Amino acid sequence: MLAAINLTKEYQSGDHRLTVLRDVSFTIDQGSFIAIVGPSGSGKTTLLGLLAGLDTPSRGTVRLDDADLAMMDEDARARLRGEKVGFVFQSFQLIPTLTAIENVQVPLELRGEDGAADRARDVLQRVGLGDRLDHFPTQLSGGEQQRVAIARAFANRPRILFADEPTGNLDSDTGTRIVELLESLNRESGSTIVLVTHDLGLAGRTRRIIRLSDGVVVSDEPTDAGRQTSDVRVAARA
Amino acid sequence: MSGSASLRRLMAIAWRESRTARRRLLLYMSSISLGVAALVAIDSFTENVSTSVQNQSRALLGGDVSLASRTKYSPRVEALLDSLRRSGTGVSRVTTFASMGVIVKSSNTRLVQVRAVSRGYPIYGDIVTDPAPAFGALHGGKHAVVDPSILVSLDANVGDSLLLGSARFLITGTLQSVPGDLGVTAAIGPRVYVSDQYLDETGLLVFGSRAEYETLLRMPEGLSPARFAGRFNPVFSSESPRVRLRTVAENENNLTRNIDQLGNFLGLVGLVALLLGGIGVASGVHAFVMRKIDTVAVLRCLGATSSQVLFIYVLQAAAMGLVGALAGAGVGVILQFTLPWVLKDFLPVDVSVSLAPSAIGLGLGIGVWVALVFALYPLLALRRISPLQTLRRESDSTVMKRAQRDSAALVVAFAILASVVAIAMTRARTVERGVGYALAVFAAIGVLALTAEFLAAAARRLARPGLPFVVRQGIANLHRPGNQTRSVILSLGFGVFLMSTVYQVQQNLMGQLDVKLEQSRANVVFFDVQDDQHRGVDSIVRASGHAIVQEAPIVPMRLAAINGVPVATMLADTNRRNRRSPWSLRREYRSTFREEVATSERIVDGTWWESGDKTPQVSIEQDLARELRVTLGDSVTWDVQGVKVTTRVTSTREVTWARFEPNFFVVFSPGSLERAPKQYAMLAHVPTSVEVAALQRAVVRVYPNVSSLDLTLIQATIGNVLNKITSAIRFMALVSLAFGIPVLFSAVAATRRARLREGVLLKTLGATRRQVGRIMLAEYTLMGALGSLAGVSLSVGSAWLLMKFVFETAFRPAIGPVVVVAAAMTLLAVIIGLATGREVFRETPMAALREA
Repeated sequence: MLAAINLTKEYQSGDHRLTVLRDVSFTIDQGSFIAIVGPSGSGKTTLLGLLAGLDTPSRGTVRLDDADLAMMDEDARARLRGEKVGFVFQSFQLIPTLTAIENVQVPLELRGEDGAADRARDVLQRVGLGDRLDHFPTQLSGGEQQRVAIARAFANRPRILFADEPTGNLDSDTGTRIVELLESLNRESGSTIVLVTHDLGLAGRTRRIIRLSDGVVVSDEPTDAGRQTSDVRVAARA
Repeated sequence: MSGSASLRRLMAIAWRESRTARRRLLLYMSSISLGVAALVAIDSFTENVSTSVQNQSRALLGGDVSLASRTKYSPRVEALLDSLRRSGTGVSRVTTFASMGVIVKSSNTRLVQVRAVSRGYPIYGDIVTDPAPAFGALHGGKHAVVDPSILVSLDANVGDSLLLGSARFLITGTLQSVPGDLGVTAAIGPRVYVSDQYLDETGLLVFGSRAEYETLLRMPEGLSPARFAGRFNPVFSSESPRVRLRTVAENENNLTRNIDQLGNFLGLVGLVALLLGGIGVASGVHAFVMRKIDTVAVLRCLGATSSQVLFIYVLQAAAMGLVGALAGAGVGVILQFTLPWVLKDFLPVDVSVSLAPSAIGLGLGIGVWVALVFALYPLLALRRISPLQTLRRESDSTVMKRAQRDSAALVVAFAILASVVAIAMTRARTVERGVGYALAVFAAIGVLALTAEFLAAAARRLARPGLPFVVRQGIANLHRPGNQTRSVILSLGFGVFLMSTVYQVQQNLMGQLDVKLEQSRANVVFFDVQDDQHRGVDSIVRASGHAIVQEAPIVPMRLAAINGVPVATMLADTNRRNRRSPWSLRREYRSTFREEVATSERIVDGTWWESGDKTPQVSIEQDLARELRVTLGDSVTWDVQGVKVTTRVTSTREVTWARFEPNFFVVFSPGSLERAPKQYAMLAHVPTSVEVAALQRAVVRVYPNVSSLDLTLIQATIGNVLNKITSAIRFMALVSLAFGIPVLFSAVAATRRARLREGVLLKTLGATRRQVGRIMLAEYTLMGALGSLAGVSLSVGSAWLLMKFVFETAFRPAIGPVVVVAAAMTLLAVIIGLATGREVFRETPMAALREA
């Protein structure tokens, strides 16, 4: 459902041209649970931005359900994100002036869906925050804020969810619970989850790890859990 | 899903998301509140005045038609008026002239304005007196109804006797209101109403006396004033001297035109203030946008399009703009109700104050539009905030710089300019004037902006190494990223500019009066002295121990021809190149003859008198010579009481009219007018006011027709009138000074986070609260001082322009008042800055870091 084809991203830095990603290609099937790992500066956040349509590649393309993201303008990508994509961020990125339920309603209201409040309530109850609906982010702990963020990401039943270091600002126990939540939601909803992390232990809980180094995919292998599936295809260039 | 449902959902997001921002947005939008208040107040007030004028138009004129002349009517006009009366036209008369009024019991005397009225005057409108029946009983005897100021200045009461010339009147009441008279005229010439049946008995209207003869007419059924004017105006205007005809509609148009012009001028001031408020809105919303970068990036991730994002925040800005404009309209309505009281001495009508929905609506609409279009400029940047900021956050200034590269910003900038022109058009009757107003507004704001820019840049150079750290840091804070220094200087400077200009002009005008006094040798003038009274007045003055220091014979005359061309021919000439101003051709001239040039005159062209020339020569005042299009060597023929005197122009003069001396448009050479009927103006120097009063009494006792003026009284009267004008203008200038305050609050609030972060950092590094306070003190003192400097420097320029081109006199900067205004404004800036920054002192570094 998601294909990265010869993705390259370059930046101009003073007189130099910096290549952050170089000819990255892979495909991801619907329902996958994938981690993209690599050390700091490996290009994983840049790759995440390209896959989610938050940024445009210097060369190559991303196809999400046959839609070529590179050919779309920013508003078209935004609409696509509203329909098919969910996000979970390291710093939660909740809107501070909205309550938990209002934060979860936002993507539904932007799409113009009826029953946004009911759906938001259901999802928040699913993540265990049924009694914190009217709390503002500043009134929630880090773990609770991340659960609200997950609820928001799943509210519009996304085809694919991108999580950028979702446990980065949490303690290990809370982080474990967050990952378990993501796993169960992945199983229940069939959404594809792409996790970006530098935590190999967290990555090991997914079914496939794409490893980046210096902007290049150096390996793309199923994990132990993932060997049971056959959704790996890598077209890596030397 | 319908479009309206989608809009409703976006509105819900906008409402919820604005929770913590409403107060701040409202503060930014309050920048336009006072501008809206000014527009609503001025437009509502002028509408009220115009409506009152329309409703009272007949009472203001006193009749349907007025006929006025500076001399008695000719037999033809009298016959015409007689026949009009017989045909059913209501006729009522008033004769107005200046004379000395003497209180019999004390012999106190002063110059008064006598109005001798016929029965039935005025035809429309009521002259209100105390007691109420006094005016109605005027013709029941030798009664007089007087201005209350006469009783005060002459230490008299109702029931005392007042001598006017040879006739003694009983004061039966005081005037409370006279339709059409400005309150301030009582200060210039207090009024005395008497019945005209005793006019001859006073013996006051003698040769050379100046009087205004007015007749009021009530049209009979079926004849409109316009038709009457159409039929009879040619007859009256062909009279010599001309009889001026005015209908009630013309009078109303004149009054409302003057009121409209005043309203438009004041409205321009309000418009500039509103636009400055818009600049305050833009700078405040810019700071607001920077705080929303993260939220907008998240919304973009969640699927919001750029239009949806813009809509959400434009809606917030529009809602707060509406609230700000509503608050301004409310203040405007309150101001509208106070303006009649402030301006009561200058209004010709009793103003009936009522809400003016059209003015309120226009003010609201303009206010909301200005808030919206100025807020839109920085809000546009939100469209281009990348969702990538959620993953990799750049600095606010980097994000904004990239986001502001937007061609739509050009469209909005154009919309702002077009709005200014459109709003200026609403205040102008013609397109040219509207464009002129718009250019004036741009010029005012442009000059202020350039001054602000220059001063802000110059302030950078103030930070010398030798200065204390707290001062250097305060100076540096004026240039911190996201600073509001320029908009604060702009808005503070505008208020200071208005007030300082008013003070400078007032000081200069008052100073002119003082200078002229010092230059005059005399302080009392006697006028209307008949030829056979001349030596007698001189004797009385000498007998009182004083001396006549200057005297001038005065011969009334009219222009008959220039270079052989009769006046009637010149008046009929429609060729614009030859055209001479009608007033200079038709008016009565009061000329003199003398040997020497007066001390208040200077020959600018020609020679004073050429010896050996037997032709009567004249010296003409230079502006009059320009109006009459006469040059040296031209022949001018005068009608001197029926005798034609032909003269040759040998010089032109510059005359200092403000000097307390008899000054003349036309001076004849000696030997040309000695045998003409004449009267005299005689000036004396009398050291004390007690002696002045005694001398006036002595003269008027023997010669009741002779009037006199005490210079110190004139100066006090003019000063009194100027003070009334200045008080009214100061009230409005104070309001305009207040325009700067919300912008100052808004600007200070916009930099709150930066100041908090900085203050906290300093405290963490070891700065005491006192040191942090001193830094803020330095910052706001400098900001206030720069704003005041901008305003004061511009006010000197504008006051110079006004004195040179409007009042046509020299200018001297008035240091005292502007220093006070500048100091007050600086203090205000410091107080507001410290008050809004007090949380830096209050909070611990940890709490503040959490919030920042």
